[in-house]
Amino acid sequence: MANKYWESMRVMLGATPRKSQPAEYSEEAKTIHFYKKSEKLDFDALRIEAHAHQKKGVWLRRRWITLLVINLLFTVSFWLDIQILEGALTASRFLGFHLIDLNSALQVMLAHKHIIVNLFIGTGTVFVLWLVVGGRTFCSWACPYHFLAENAERLHVYLVGKKKISDHTFHRGVRTVFWVLFALMAIITGYTVFETISPVGILSRALIYGPGLALGWVVLLLLFEVFYSRRAWCRYVCPIGLTYGIVGVFSPLHVTYKLANCHHEGECKKVCEVPHVLDCIVKGRAPAAQLDIGADCTRCGMCIDVCPSGALTFEIKGLRRIM
Amino acid sequence: MTADSPPAAPKTRVVNKRKLEERRRFLRSIILGAAVLGISTLGYIPVASAWRVRMRPPGALEERDFLSSCIKCGQCVQVCPVQAIKLDDIDQGFGVGVPYIDSRSQACDFSCDAVQCILACPTGSLVYNKPGFMPTRNEMMVANPPILIAKEKDPEPTLNIKERTGLARLVRPDACLAIQGKGFKGLARGADFKGTMRFIEVDRWKPTPLREHPFDLPLCDLCVRTCPIKGAISLQPVVDKDGIKRMTPTVHEPCLGCGVCEMICPVEPAAIVVEARKGWGA
Repeated sequence: MANKYWESMRVMLGATPRKSQPAEYSEEAKTIHFYKKSEKLDFDALRIEAHAHQKKGVWLRRRWITLLVINLLFTVSFWLDIQILEGALTASRFLGFHLIDLNSALQVMLAHKHIIVNLFIGTGTVFVLWLVVGGRTFCSWACPYHFLAENAERLHVYLVGKKKISDHTFHRGVRTVFWVLFALMAIITGYTVFETISPVGILSRALIYGPGLALGWVVLLLLFEVFYSRRAWCRYVCPIGLTYGIVGVFSPLHVTYKLANCHHEGECKKVCEVPHVLDCIVKGRAPAAQLDIGADCTRCGMCIDVCPSGALTFEIKGLRRIM
Repeated sequence: MTADSPPAAPKTRVVNKRKLEERRRFLRSIILGAAVLGISTLGYIPVASAWRVRMRPPGALEERDFLSSCIKCGQCVQVCPVQAIKLDDIDQGFGVGVPYIDSRSQACDFSCDAVQCILACPTGSLVYNKPGFMPTRNEMMVANPPILIAKEKDPEPTLNIKERTGLARLVRPDACLAIQGKGFKGLARGADFKGTMRFIEVDRWKPTPLREHPFDLPLCDLCVRTCPIKGAISLQPVVDKDGIKRMTPTVHEPCLGCGVCEMICPVEPAAIVVEARKGWGA
């Protein structure tokens, strides 16, 4: 079991997913793989079915509504002075309770080297919250930059499809390097260097306190993602994502994969922000009949929306055992 | 062997292509790393050059500590009843999203009584009492707990602040109406001015726009009469270099640097301003 968490962490930090050894396959998985060999599937038909499925976009709709409600609640709270959610995404008070973004808190703690009680309480509350709902769930369900980036991504994918541009990938490990460097810079310089360029903080403040020059930086990032590299900030840079990802390693809420239902046509990987977590869907790879998707998964549910055969679903660990 | 070599050639080329792409990706990643780090450290330039010395809200730590501890959430902005606190933009580098007060457009007049921004701050960037190990400058400490004139009759008339954020100074004495012996009639900052402050005789709890308060003064003493802190400023007869005794606004030790005098000063630009982070006698 510990091995599974380690592998999930390793892949999140930038390593290529490890292929299971023949001895690691469960008997059940072996049987399913054996029968799948004789299966004859019409992949074009499956793709059409997948996209028809995706159009319904059940999880997409739920997620966008949640994301917009969270971010607009900040704005409305301030504008109407109703004091429900005061502050910005970096730190706030929900009905008086302190909530503090984990990465911002980390940067402040490292730079300032002094933690007051409110900071500690707010960080603890948010830690528990995202531990329960899945770590990087923050990214796809709360982060305002994610919302812009996924729409920019659609444009990017369209342009790539038209052969107007091509995608340039980076080594995923560079995000881990960034995380370490930003932490070191906070410790050494005593300034929260990352916050200067964080599009999450910039956007959240712009939504609440009004736009400013800083939005220019966000626009540059989006242009970079549209014309040069798909989802570059979230995939290769953002230390916030990695911080929440680490929290999510042990989270009970995750996407689960059922080998028997899978047709291996691979549509889920194409819509995924972090396709390396879906390595197990490649035909013959899954070592067990049911697998949890790794910590780097943002629980956005796009794969669930697109899957034509119900092989991917949300699951809360423990609940399966209880029910 | 010669017969085998032609089919072997394309195979090696395929391997090289993948290796080449991997090498390119590696180089790209290094460039990305250098670019992002380079851009983020650019934020140090406005801080190091201190090109705009900002006045921070009351209770702020020393500038360096303030920048490192502020989580840039703006909760101080939200609680301020006169909206004196604004957040800086990205041209302030590491100071992006950090609160400041532009006294000329809207000063902090302590109309919240309890210094709400300090209460709202989740990270201790704004504090009533600095922890012992946090650096402090003696000239920033006020000798006695400052008395808020609006609360003077309350059982607890003092503001719970130990330090000032700046100090008022008459920077353009020649422009000062009091020194010229002139009075003032009308709206201190004109009919378009958006600033608000508390007028205790109008409403104890609600700040009102300055433009709703016309003045008619035989000798201008706006900075003295609107100052919220007891004993911070007074008009004193000062003998100038021509040997003439003139009434001069004189700042005293209790001044906290709140900036109300700068906001209300009717001459343009203001004759009296608050010098941010300046202490008494420094």
